[in-house]
Amino acid sequence: MFEAILITIATAATPLLLASMGELVVERSGVLNLGVEGMMIMGAVTGFGVAAMTGSAWLGVFAAAIVGTLFSLLFGFLTLTLVTNQVATGLSLTLLGLGLSSMIGESFVGRAGVRLGALDIPYLTEIPYIGRLIFGQDPLCYISLLLTAGVSWFLFRTRAGLTLRSVGDNHSSAHALGIPVIRIRYLAVMFGGACAGLAGAYLSLVYVPQWVENMTAGRGWIALALVVFASWRPWRVLAGAYLFGAVTIGQLHAQALGYGIPPQLLSSLPYLATIIVLVLISRNRRLTMMNTPASLGRPFVPDR
Amino acid sequence: MKRILAALAASAVLAVPGAALAQDKVKACFVYVGPKTDGGWTEAHDKGRLFVEEQLGDKVETAFVENVAEGPDAQRAIERFARADCDIVFTTSFGFMDATLAVAKRFPDVKFEHATGYKTAENMATYNSRFYEGRYIQGVIAGHMSEKGEAGYVASFPIPEVVMGINAFMLGAQSVNPDFKLKVVWANTWHDAAREADAAKALIDQGVDIITQHTDSTAPVQVAAERGIKAFGQASDMIAFGPETQLTAIVDTWGAYYVKRIQAVIDGTWEPGAIWEGLKEGILTMAPYTNMPDDVKATAEETEAKIKSGELHPFTGPVNRQDGTPWLAEGEVADDATLLGMNFYVEGIDDKLPN
Repeated sequence: MFEAILITIATAATPLLLASMGELVVERSGVLNLGVEGMMIMGAVTGFGVAAMTGSAWLGVFAAAIVGTLFSLLFGFLTLTLVTNQVATGLSLTLLGLGLSSMIGESFVGRAGVRLGALDIPYLTEIPYIGRLIFGQDPLCYISLLLTAGVSWFLFRTRAGLTLRSVGDNHSSAHALGIPVIRIRYLAVMFGGACAGLAGAYLSLVYVPQWVENMTAGRGWIALALVVFASWRPWRVLAGAYLFGAVTIGQLHAQALGYGIPPQLLSSLPYLATIIVLVLISRNRRLTMMNTPASLGRPFVPDR
Repeated sequence: MKRILAALAASAVLAVPGAALAQDKVKACFVYVGPKTDGGWTEAHDKGRLFVEEQLGDKVETAFVENVAEGPDAQRAIERFARADCDIVFTTSFGFMDATLAVAKRFPDVKFEHATGYKTAENMATYNSRFYEGRYIQGVIAGHMSEKGEAGYVASFPIPEVVMGINAFMLGAQSVNPDFKLKVVWANTWHDAAREADAAKALIDQGVDIITQHTDSTAPVQVAAERGIKAFGQASDMIAFGPETQLTAIVDTWGAYYVKRIQAVIDGTWEPGAIWEGLKEGILTMAPYTNMPDDVKATAEETEAKIKSGELHPFTGPVNRQDGTPWLAEGEVADDATLLGMNFYVEGIDDKLPN
């Protein structure tokens, strides 16, 4: 049973991790995209639709990433090229995504979808206790872990990562040094869109392989909050996402065991626990200041 | 620019006769708590709305708003309909009760109908379905089908309606297997597919071999199907998500009621009241009994027939409360007021009722 619980925890954490990791890169480049929920739900409906039509879950996953990217390009064009307000644009992206997805998805309702199956490596998956846990997750779960390692390495160990962070910290100085601020931000926004699209596809292809309107149910907002509370550090985002997943699943099990703890309190535990732990991790204010992208949410007009 | 404005003003004037014409039709408006395509609760109401359009045709115009959160938003949505020339407004979630009442008081000319609540007014009626009758049948089936004698219940919020359903299910199961066990998990949502799936997974991981739900999405049925566990659908037939595992579903069929009430508005005979109908009247039906042996199916059909004929009331004594104190004496039948305000579990449920 313990093994089964750990597997469900990974399922609960993965969509949050995917979406947060994308948003982390976006915010590190100095752009605040509040449209995560909208891009995610577009990914969910695309993933479901393409997979159902072609019968291939992987095609659904790719299509979701592409649609997420296209959707984020819309945000990029408005905020980076036309310099609209990022907060307002992000919010409208979410509203647009929720509405558009329910329109597109109308004919998908009530249809059982295609599932992206878990890995099954002969012998390894059969190892007692840890086999299924380590070798038998769904592929996107491994991708999300690799993504965390990759983003961490990219941001703090590569020149390109340093450039991206410099754009997020002081776009005027970066511009003066000849760094193409807008182009880098576009790329970051697109990466964020692709990740959010993947997170959405995870919901409709792995978590519950069906299309349900509003099926993200606020997970995009949780992903956004995770990035901030994890003070823009990839491994902390991972810790936060898994903690959130663990407490979410744990509280359901506590209820089923019948300990008699009020379920309303238990339902709020994932939020409380995640915030408290991440705030404690990030309690060093000087380090947190250093990690906060100083230009976050500020518009950049090159000739100013 | 001025010319455009003038043109706009002219078209607004032209539009007025059209609006007046439209008033000849009765306008029926529906406020939904979830998306109209949720595959469950709200979809059942929307099917009712479409049935109205089909039956009453030109005499009626319908409108609806989806995904209205219970709370301040609900009042705003209901009020918008009251201002938008709706003649009758159906609010289809328990949590809309106080909002509906507040708006009803301010718009005495508009008629309101609130589903599953207990507050009425001069211009506000309530209507409800005796879902517990269906849940009792599910309990009987679960009592026969569960090898471990233990079912899992994915619940939404601890309101009387849901508590009543849990009790009815349990009484049905106990009528077959007096030692039946029931685990309850509160998802604290009506509609969050992923969380409902998590709740179902948690229950299955803890060893139950039957899943039933009082939340609105098809996720629990699907999770049960993936794990090869039998399950019951809720509000709509969910057989597509568990073709080999759904035993039956309680299916809400509001259409006939909606037609009757809107026809009353057209005829000018509408009266407030509190209607609570069930299997007998057809506001509640059972999806086909599938994936069970013939004898269980026969028992289920027999139970259904007995409830329809009035021979069997699910809440008939002797029934004890959870703490062992007697509630219903031998042969005593629970009255509707107690059922509608139900805030306690019956004996045998392995959960502490949140309050």
